Amino acid sequence: MQRFSAFALFRQALNGQKGWDRQWRDPEPKPAYDVIIVGGGGHGLGTAYYLAKKHQVRNVAVLEKGWIGGGNTGRNTTIIRSNYLFDESAALYDHALKLWESLAEELNYNVMFSQRGVMMLVHNVHDEQVFKRHVHANRLNGVDNEWISAEAAKRFCPPLNIAPGMRHPVLGAALQRRAGIARHDAVAWGYARAADALGVDIIQNCEVTGIDRDEAGRVSGVQTTRGAIRTRKLGIVAAGNTSVLMAMAGQRMPLESYPLQALVSEPVKPVFPCVVMSNTIHAYISQSDKGELVIGAGTDAYISYSQRGALHISMHTLEAICELFPMFRRMRMLRNWGGIVDVTPDRSPIIGKTEIPGLYVNCGWGTGGFKATPGSADLFAWTLAKDEPHPINAPFNLERFGSGRLIDEAAAAAVAH
Amino acid sequence: MLLIPCPYCGPRPEIEFSYGGEAHIARAADPRRVDDAAWTSFLYLRSNRRGDHAERWRHAHGCGRFFNVVRNTNSDHFLATDKIGEPRP
Repeated sequence: MQRFSAFALFRQALNGQKGWDRQWRDPEPKPAYDVIIVGGGGHGLGTAYYLAKKHQVRNVAVLEKGWIGGGNTGRNTTIIRSNYLFDESAALYDHALKLWESLAEELNYNVMFSQRGVMMLVHNVHDEQVFKRHVHANRLNGVDNEWISAEAAKRFCPPLNIAPGMRHPVLGAALQRRAGIARHDAVAWGYARAADALGVDIIQNCEVTGIDRDEAGRVSGVQTTRGAIRTRKLGIVAAGNTSVLMAMAGQRMPLESYPLQALVSEPVKPVFPCVVMSNTIHAYISQSDKGELVIGAGTDAYISYSQRGALHISMHTLEAICELFPMFRRMRMLRNWGGIVDVTPDRSPIIGKTEIPGLYVNCGWGTGGFKATPGSADLFAWTLAKDEPHPINAPFNLERFGSGRLIDEAAAAAVAH
Repeated sequence: MLLIPCPYCGPRPEIEFSYGGEAHIARAADPRRVDDAAWTSFLYLRSNRRGDHAERWRHAHGCGRFFNVVRNTNSDHFLATDKIGEPRP
């Protein structure tokens, strides 16, 4: 792997930048692998990287039906935070946030992680009580989160409208200063490049069409559009398509796949210093380094795999944005798209083993999986390598829907998150 | 926005409806005799099918009634609609 550095950039400049290698190979699938990961998004590529790096499992393939990072990794609004209510969630998401802080160095790839702060707005008494509870719970768990007044929120984010006559006035905010955003494509590419350098085969345009099992019921391989491949350990990291893949092994899942929409504006000069979220009027917004405002809407009401949603969902969010930030009322939107998110009944993910020997699953990240990418990948790699969950992801098992030990972030946040 | 065929009122825009999830998931007649696996399946496990999906909608801002449809989840096209209690299309 050619290392990236200022010196390397300078040296290549003498040669017109023509001496760079491919960042990852384009291998033909081998007949067998020790571990196969299905899904070449951030979580899947990261899993392969940590398997190779931390657990010395290097005979690994990542199968991707399209191109890497082309699913939800390339469709999200890149918000990274860890201010979740329950102990299990705080541990999980803060593990990820700590990995984010050194990820660019770890991968030798600029993931443009920017800890510009995430501010969650409070509009009514109920919000205030809930968010103060979140702040206290977070601080007990060692996760930074602070309560600030409406005036302090305005100082932190000058475009914010805190006029008292608003339909949903801003009464205050919860601010996590360590939170922020990152460049989503760079996360997929950085993991792909680093995993490839450690010997992982990244196989694109390779759709899994069946899961093979031996007489004992154990996973023995997969059928793909590029032929059969044998393996004893299969990790499904396929977001919205998890139910479809798991059905190939006869496993029903507690998942429903919904379209989640986002949109970006025309690029403008830096005007927006942080991330602002409002659960109550359901909008979240930040400005990318390209200058586009990145705006997230809610999920559509119905199950769909169509990767598009209805206009009234986006309109609802844009109305909230225009009320909160009047200076954006005349901005033009450039693109609007949908990603298919796999939502669990308690809005917490599933990372672990299944009843089928050799079949592992990492799914259910719903509307907020990007923030967890390094943590999710690290813990899933541990689970695959050691055949048992790490203490952090042990509560996020599939059995909790039978035992009733749910981690109910759905009720905690009162919205999809 | 979807144009949803209500069997009572005809095609109406999606904002008049609320979604009722997967259809034909029946609660056990005698819940005391149901084991954990069956409860888990009833409460949480869903087919979440990519393709033709049987689901319920309620015409909340219209006739107020539930009905079943078959919709393709790849194309979002409605293929069939039936009133509650009628045989599956």
